[in-house]
Amino acid sequence: MPETLAKPGFEPRIVAFFCTWCTYTAADLAGTARMHYAPNVRVVRLMCSGRVDPQFVLAAFRHGADGVLIGGCHPGDCHYEQGNYTTWRRCELLRGVLREMGIEDERLRLEWISASEGDKIQRVCNEMTEQLRRLGPLRLSPVPAAHTLAEGTR
Amino acid sequence: MKPKVAFYWCASCGGCEEAVVDLAEDVLAVVEAVDIAFWPVALDFKRADVEALADGELAASFINGAIRTSEQQEMAELLRRKSGAIVAFGSCACLGGVPGLANLYSRDEILDRVYLEVPSLVNDEGTLPEEDAEVPEGHLTLPAFFDSVRTLDQVVDVDYFLPGCPPPGHLIKAAVMALVDGTLPPVGTVLAPDVALCSECPRAATKPQKPQIKAFKRPHEVVADPDVCLLAQGLICLGPATRAGCGGVCIRANMPCTGCMGPTGRVVDHGAKALSAIASLIDSTDEDGIATRAQEIPDPVGTFYRYSLPASLLHRRVTSAHQ
Repeated sequence: MPETLAKPGFEPRIVAFFCTWCTYTAADLAGTARMHYAPNVRVVRLMCSGRVDPQFVLAAFRHGADGVLIGGCHPGDCHYEQGNYTTWRRCELLRGVLREMGIEDERLRLEWISASEGDKIQRVCNEMTEQLRRLGPLRLSPVPAAHTLAEGTR
Repeated sequence: MKPKVAFYWCASCGGCEEAVVDLAEDVLAVVEAVDIAFWPVALDFKRADVEALADGELAASFINGAIRTSEQQEMAELLRRKSGAIVAFGSCACLGGVPGLANLYSRDEILDRVYLEVPSLVNDEGTLPEEDAEVPEGHLTLPAFFDSVRTLDQVVDVDYFLPGCPPPGHLIKAAVMALVDGTLPPVGTVLAPDVALCSECPRAATKPQKPQIKAFKRPHEVVADPDVCLLAQGLICLGPATRAGCGGVCIRANMPCTGCMGPTGRVVDHGAKALSAIASLIDSTDEDGIATRAQEIPDPVGTFYRYSLPASLLHRRVTSAHQ
């Protein structure tokens, strides 16, 4: 493991949503090519980056992620033609919400990574891990438990 | 004997109380069907009258407003004990409502702003409200002002949700009558249709298959065509991501939906879903275009979470106090 990744202390947790056609395949390539990169990234494989509902991003933050990485095909290359544009638009608006909510821009990252760019997977994952290490953990205040009665409880 | 009910308000504007009065002649049907045992805004019952009731003696309490102070929490807990069913009445009780946008600030920021910084203020001594104060006349107390606004169901068990700002009259009447007739649905139900507002929008026929928004407009910037889908005119209408039941009253007044009925049943975070729906309509495939569209929304939280910030996944702003 490279020396920069072996620092003691805070280790960020990153949830990554990768589209199966480009970015997930690139991550696979990085693996088969035995490229080393930060183990802080947990990958969720989706059919398309356009499947990333902004609720997924917020749920990841709520459940302990310090950062969220979304990876899709380069503009123009989407397997479904428009999916990556949709996630791009959503990310741009979501970033406005996150800023207002006191969550730093670096915690949400959108990257275009094609199936052949295993080295970009390595670079992006390492960069983001390093940035979040410097930024420190995301500390959301807890949400009070909802007391909505489930059906049949009374 | 007629079932007893209570109406109570917490952090709210009073519009929900108005909605009950606005039932007009239907309010007579409500009054005929139930005994109102407690309704501070209209009838002279006191907290002691509620305390004197047996536990569960009230068939239902209709509580509007979010929970911001210790007094509101105590009243919600008291009414919970005395009631068979609790109905979260209106957007604030259901989702936090407009008062819930205070979760963008901390308690201290709010008190400083209101009591120390507002330009029109006269407060030379810098007096802030205190929960306990000794004055010549004796010992005074005030309810605690919590750091965050909470929804009613973040404080007590809630049986039913009646959303809206305020809830539409026909839904209020239907809820009261279902209570009287014993035909209430399973607990946990939102007492409004579980479909998006577009399904009952008077302009639905003019909504393009997929509206393409070239620029976001704010209501004061344009004179909207009263017959055409507002999304097709570039106005941010949250109808596609908001529960139906209001009959599109705002849209009939040529104003876009701001989301007061909350999300439909399978949505966890109303603001995120509304943002998702609107963002996907942006007609741009380049960096500048998409960034410019985002800048046309000056207050994204106030736009997409206008009624639901305390109920959202993030709940409140990350402040240094929480770091």
